[in-house]
Amino acid sequence: MGKIVFNTAIIGYLGASVGYFIYLVYRRPLVSTFAAGAVGVALFAHTVLIGLRSMETGHGPYTTPFEVGLFLAWLIVVVFFVTEWKYHIKDLGSFVIPLVFVILLFSGFLSQEVTLVEKSESQFWLTLHRTLSALGYAAFSIAFAAGIMYLIQEHQVKSKKLGIMYFRMPSLEVLDDLNFKVITIGFPLFTLGFLTGAIWNVKMQQGLLHWDLLKTWPLVIVWVVYGLVFFGRLFAGLRGKKAAQGAILGFVAVISTYFLHV
Amino acid sequence: MAEPNLVMVGVNHRTTPVEIRERLAFTRGKIESSLEKLVGYPEIVENLILSTCNRVEIYARVSNCDAGINLLKQFVSEYHNLPLSELNKFFYCYRDEQAVEHLFRVSSSLDSMVLGEAQILGQVKDAYSTARALRSTGMVLNQLFEKAFSVAKRVREETGIAERGVSISSAAVELARKIFEDLENHSVMLVGTGEMAELAAKHLISYGVKTVYVASRTYERAVKLATDLNGCALGFDQFEEELHRADIVITSTAAPTFIIKQAMVERAIQQRKNKPIFFIDIAVPRDIEPGVNDLENVYLYDIDDLEGVVNANIKEREKEAESAMEIITSEVKKFNNWVVALDAVPTIVEMRNRAENIRRREMEKTLRKMPHLSREDQSAIERMTSTIINKILHKPTVNLKKQTQSQEGHVYLKAIRHLFHLDD
Repeated sequence: MGKIVFNTAIIGYLGASVGYFIYLVYRRPLVSTFAAGAVGVALFAHTVLIGLRSMETGHGPYTTPFEVGLFLAWLIVVVFFVTEWKYHIKDLGSFVIPLVFVILLFSGFLSQEVTLVEKSESQFWLTLHRTLSALGYAAFSIAFAAGIMYLIQEHQVKSKKLGIMYFRMPSLEVLDDLNFKVITIGFPLFTLGFLTGAIWNVKMQQGLLHWDLLKTWPLVIVWVVYGLVFFGRLFAGLRGKKAAQGAILGFVAVISTYFLHV
Repeated sequence: MAEPNLVMVGVNHRTTPVEIRERLAFTRGKIESSLEKLVGYPEIVENLILSTCNRVEIYARVSNCDAGINLLKQFVSEYHNLPLSELNKFFYCYRDEQAVEHLFRVSSSLDSMVLGEAQILGQVKDAYSTARALRSTGMVLNQLFEKAFSVAKRVREETGIAERGVSISSAAVELARKIFEDLENHSVMLVGTGEMAELAAKHLISYGVKTVYVASRTYERAVKLATDLNGCALGFDQFEEELHRADIVITSTAAPTFIIKQAMVERAIQQRKNKPIFFIDIAVPRDIEPGVNDLENVYLYDIDDLEGVVNANIKEREKEAESAMEIITSEVKKFNNWVVALDAVPTIVEMRNRAENIRRREMEKTLRKMPHLSREDQSAIERMTSTIINKILHKPTVNLKKQTQSQEGHVYLKAIRHLFHLDD
């Protein structure tokens, strides 16, 4: 059952990625409808999958790397839908959905064993930590997509070689604005996630000194990068290309952190 | 009438020089009277005149194609007082499917001087509503033109034919909108009052730019243009310190050297906290140091860059025209199917009339030879002969109606018309 649902989601996202890409280049309205439909089906399967998994494990999807990947990908799609609905940014899907597909595909190769968690007070902090962090990461992934789109568009305008993407993609202002908005939401969430994670660690191990440094320092880097982008925008007029590069660099750090945790 | 007998006679910018075109044009009042005159000809069933500065075309449904085409040509020649012998070399004529395809190409702007321009569709719509109001069009032309509008819409939506600006100022506006999206909250500064700069500024204003600054070496000219554009005039020595207020800067001075240098822009961009500036340098020799484009959040296009964009856009539109043609070809086919299905009705009517005529003639002959028959007997024979004809023609009628819905419908129609000798 779980396998079928998982495959449905994977195929749905793959189909949607291809659809969005074709739409990006050829602008066939039918293809965009198909892609949106495929994402809808995939998201439904994805939600069912998380539900099944939670019933099986008896807790939310945050314990094993497989579950975290599943949950993160799911949140990205949800945040993507909200962004699409609010800002109507053309072709965001061409960049976000392939990312979701890759995360889910990768998660499929991870161990799907169920780990049991004892109920305890620290469990609350862990849940909070994972949820807040995942929300932050989902927002960062949208910033990442917006950043890539910004760099492509900026390169075209700057080099005066206006290819097909120039006409298809939104303006630099819209992309820069989206980058700012999602980081403004994502950074505080991630910060809170970071703090609740620290509290959980303290509760579990009775002391900051026992922190796993290898797992912690990349998170600090992630925090510093997004912090620079966020506060840089607020106080030093950091915007445009540098903000886009920051969002991309930050997300690369996020991915590295995930791999270190795996 | 197995064929719709659609014909089209016309001249356009490609076949005909402007001095002939202007003499052939039908101005607004003349169109109505001409349509009425054309409807008066027994050979013309429906007609419509499209007259723009680049083309004069008459679309008509006629009883016979060749005769119809000649009639239309003659009409144009007589109406405008130009000898047909002289005009003949300019005319192009299409019939049936070709005429349909031509109209679809025209309304989708594939036949326009500037490929993909939006004006022509409006002109075709005007021509149609004029003709429709006068009832010079009927079922076939109405359907044809309604279809042409939906084809044009499809072409616009599904291809990039109208997507790219093909003039310097529209390409500049497009770039501005790819940098700033919504131009409403953005400002433009003109440095120099060249004509092209003014045109570009007006174009930007039409897209919502509200704040306009004008700087010129002669302050009076700045004031004059600023008044025209509802903006604010600056002295030439002022523009540098105000540069940071402008999102878009258009330069067009006659200065022999660069008047906007990299360091100047660097200062402005710092003052703006890195908000982007789009420089458009229309001046020759150039007004802006090219190194300005290397600064982050600054975009500089000179006249050659913009021309390069325009040329690339024209090429792209030509490519898009090919996919537009695919749409048109399939739509012509669809329209043709409609016409074929429609034409079963007149054929059936003609077939029945033919049979009825024979019956009546034979009845007359017979009754003349049999004067002793009573009234009741006569009407009984009348009824019987009618029933025979109806019964014989019933199956062919039903089958013909059914077949004309299929792809091969026109073959059946042709066969029926040939077998019953309906076309002489």
